[in-house]
Amino acid sequence: MVEFALPKNSKIREGKTWAAPAGARRVRTFRVYRWSPDDDANPRVDTFHVDLDGCGPMVLDALIKIKTEIDPTLTFRRSCREGVCGSCAMNIDGTNTLACTKYTDEVKGDVKVYPLPHMEVVKDLVPDLNHAYAQLASIEPWLKTDTPAPDRERLQSPEDRKKLDGLYECILCFSCSASCPSYWWNGSRYLGPAVLLQAYRWIADSRDERTGERLDQLEDPFRLYRCHTILNCTKTCPKGLNPAKVIGELKMLMMQRQG
Amino acid sequence: MSTRSRPLSPHLQVYNFHWPMALSIVHRITGVGLALSSIVLVWWLTALAVGPDYFAMVQSLLGSWIGRVFLLGWTWAVFYHLCNGIRHLCWDAGWGFEIDTARRSGIAAALMSVVLTVGTWVIAYAARGV
Repeated sequence: MVEFALPKNSKIREGKTWAAPAGARRVRTFRVYRWSPDDDANPRVDTFHVDLDGCGPMVLDALIKIKTEIDPTLTFRRSCREGVCGSCAMNIDGTNTLACTKYTDEVKGDVKVYPLPHMEVVKDLVPDLNHAYAQLASIEPWLKTDTPAPDRERLQSPEDRKKLDGLYECILCFSCSASCPSYWWNGSRYLGPAVLLQAYRWIADSRDERTGERLDQLEDPFRLYRCHTILNCTKTCPKGLNPAKVIGELKMLMMQRQG
Repeated sequence: MSTRSRPLSPHLQVYNFHWPMALSIVHRITGVGLALSSIVLVWWLTALAVGPDYFAMVQSLLGSWIGRVFLLGWTWAVFYHLCNGIRHLCWDAGWGFEIDTARRSGIAAALMSVVLTVGTWVIAYAARGV
């Protein structure tokens, strides 16, 4: 169902303000979404005045500095800090991206940091991705074959390998799915751009032998066809991939097999 | 474990309302508007069948300044939905997904809708001789 407003328990209040230390010279203001399951309070937005002297250039560096020096209860996911693990995907300055590859300097004014949109919040900037992962599992993202396994690896020509470019690079951060209004309103049944890109990654793979079965899975009013080509996914992808184009390819494949 | 339900993270409240979303929602709104305003078209045609007096009344209503503002909006909605619909046809054929192409085609569709609307009204007024 389309619900534009936030539910009562999700409405955001003004939170605490943490002043910059005395003598700070390069202060930026971070407005960070907070929610804890440990009390009965609604979510709030805390204001941190952070001295960026002695802090790395990325938003993730600032979040780590806040956690280390100001408020150790601040909770977020991060791991590789170089844009390959996809853990620190969040909404920064109004678009979804990776905190570790987003320069603080790119943001004008206050740096607003929220969890990925329209997800259940586990704590602070950590969204519950179980549903998205279940959707990923539903498209069975692994090589499926009927022919017996050869004695060596299944070969692929350089041309066929090229067809996976723009697909294999996806790090499953779900920035795109969480940017898609269609996924916001119909996420329970629409697979969303991230999972559809994965579905196509196996359909496009010359070694996979279950293309028909995979396309059958997508023949559904919701799973694929809730994409209305809004293009938020392509605009927001921190890896520069094009989920919208891939979904367009999927729709064309569906048309072609109907003859 | 949490004993209370988790909050929903903000979406429309925080997401940048940039051009992909704007063009898309306007397409949806004009589509709904066109579907609804087709009732007016039916009413106008019915009035023609009812008789000259009733038709004259409908004509004068649509010709009033409120009627003209409505017709102007209708004209624009037709052209916007048409121009943006052509973008959708291109996408359905697999063309124009690159983000820069899509941005430029979106701006072109929005501009064309205004040009075609103004053009239509200039021609309409010229033909009417007012």
